[in-house]
Amino acid sequence: MAEKATYKVKSGLAQMLKGGVIMDVTNADQAKIAEDAGAVSVMALERVPSDIRAAGGVARMADPEVIQEIMDAVTIPVMAKTRIGHFVEAEILQAMGIDYIDESEVLTPADEKHHINKWDFKTPFVCGAVNLGEALRRISEGAAMIRTKGEAGTGNVVEAVRHMRTINTEIARLKGLREEELAGAAKEIGAPVELVKMVAKAGKLPVVNFSAGGIATPADAALMMKLGADGNFVGSGIFKSENPQLIAGAIVEATTHFDDPDVLARVSKGLGKAMPGLDISEIVKIQDRGW
Amino acid sequence: MVKIGVLALQGAVREHIHKLQECQVKAVVIKRVTQLEDLDGLIIPGGESTTMGKLMVKYGFTISAKKMAQDGLPIWGTCAGLVLLAKEVVDGLPDQPLLSLMDISVRRNAFGRQNESCEAFIGCRIPRGGAQEGSHHAQDNSEHDGKLKRQDPEATNFPAIFIRAPWIEKVGKGVEILAKYQDKVVAARQGNLLVTSFHPELTDDLRFHQYFVNIIESRGVQVKGFNN
Repeated sequence: MAEKATYKVKSGLAQMLKGGVIMDVTNADQAKIAEDAGAVSVMALERVPSDIRAAGGVARMADPEVIQEIMDAVTIPVMAKTRIGHFVEAEILQAMGIDYIDESEVLTPADEKHHINKWDFKTPFVCGAVNLGEALRRISEGAAMIRTKGEAGTGNVVEAVRHMRTINTEIARLKGLREEELAGAAKEIGAPVELVKMVAKAGKLPVVNFSAGGIATPADAALMMKLGADGNFVGSGIFKSENPQLIAGAIVEATTHFDDPDVLARVSKGLGKAMPGLDISEIVKIQDRGW
Repeated sequence: MVKIGVLALQGAVREHIHKLQECQVKAVVIKRVTQLEDLDGLIIPGGESTTMGKLMVKYGFTISAKKMAQDGLPIWGTCAGLVLLAKEVVDGLPDQPLLSLMDISVRRNAFGRQNESCEAFIGCRIPRGGAQEGSHHAQDNSEHDGKLKRQDPEATNFPAIFIRAPWIEKVGKGVEILAKYQDKVVAARQGNLLVTSFHPELTDDLRFHQYFVNIIESRGVQVKGFNN
């Protein structure tokens, strides 16, 4: 007998995406460009994060009709964002047959206290995290993939770096603890003790962890891979740049060859202007959404 | 020691590397064409076939890997790797680059989108020796004692994990069907080429990896013993 929607199947798709780039797209044409550039998946949303930031107001799940057009346009997996805690948006996405749901802080939260119970769904979820405790809380709710939050829509990689380094440091610390110290550590970071024990033993998260939020250049993408990301989400960095096609392809190559400066030098040339960047001190942080 | 490369342009590379290490062979991450030279076997992992295909063409992997396969290098493609090895892809992108090595016609994402992805125990016909196709003389991997024993070639109940998986619609002459699921061919072998639409690298079961190692080892014996 076949069993669908097991955790192995859910986390398995994320394993297949490793070493790849997942690109934010707002319509079918952008999705085609992303697929042609070598994206492993596309993320359907109404506006890219920098536009969400500029427009203000409430950011919701993308129009299902547009999402459907995107799903019909490409053969690679399609992800879409739902608001934090908005399990009905998630049910709609599941009913449409989306491949992965991102319960995302980039959209306006629908629930200030509760994230979606992701065990209720057969469609897998990816969730953002700024530290190990948050990552493990999301996993305990059923997330099958994690991405560091970074600071979406800024073109500034500093927060993505901070979050990846934070998680790495916290995992290294757990590894150094004695068995009886792990319960205290779990309490400290607000994560289930069983997951904390698992991480301490394995020395890594139990699911794939991509980087996200502020990646704007091939060098940024390679930096995140060097810091231990399994792959990259790139949002505004592609379609807010001067040459989306060129930069998309270059970021794909940089994610594969992150450890080869010769390749990075080659692919970084002649890309035109990257997206305009924002200083973190001048903005409202969206990474604080969710807990 | 047998040295097997895992193509690492994108996809589930780490999982294959770990499985190969469990098989006591040397496992190498392959990112450059020049690394192909002294390999005894190559695995093209699961991932996105469009992404991997584009990068393979860009870096010249298609030409080199094709030539080496034609010279007899054993290659195993899992999922996306299966798509890349096929001579024909139904419903792929019109310009999807292919290695065009194996006489099979493949349908991408044939079982459906992610909600249709599943785990199932399926019967797999993998002769444990791997020496000759269809051989019933086989080495008992469970004991590692090197003795040849007669084994049932049916490795039933293999835990197959299908993720947005392709299936094989047609097989040509000389292609041995190793497994079917829901009446569709999901594993096959043609000489030195092995394909599975599912992911043995995500399981705790070593038999498919050991089978691939055996194909490589028996090839070495054949070359030394008879062909030279």
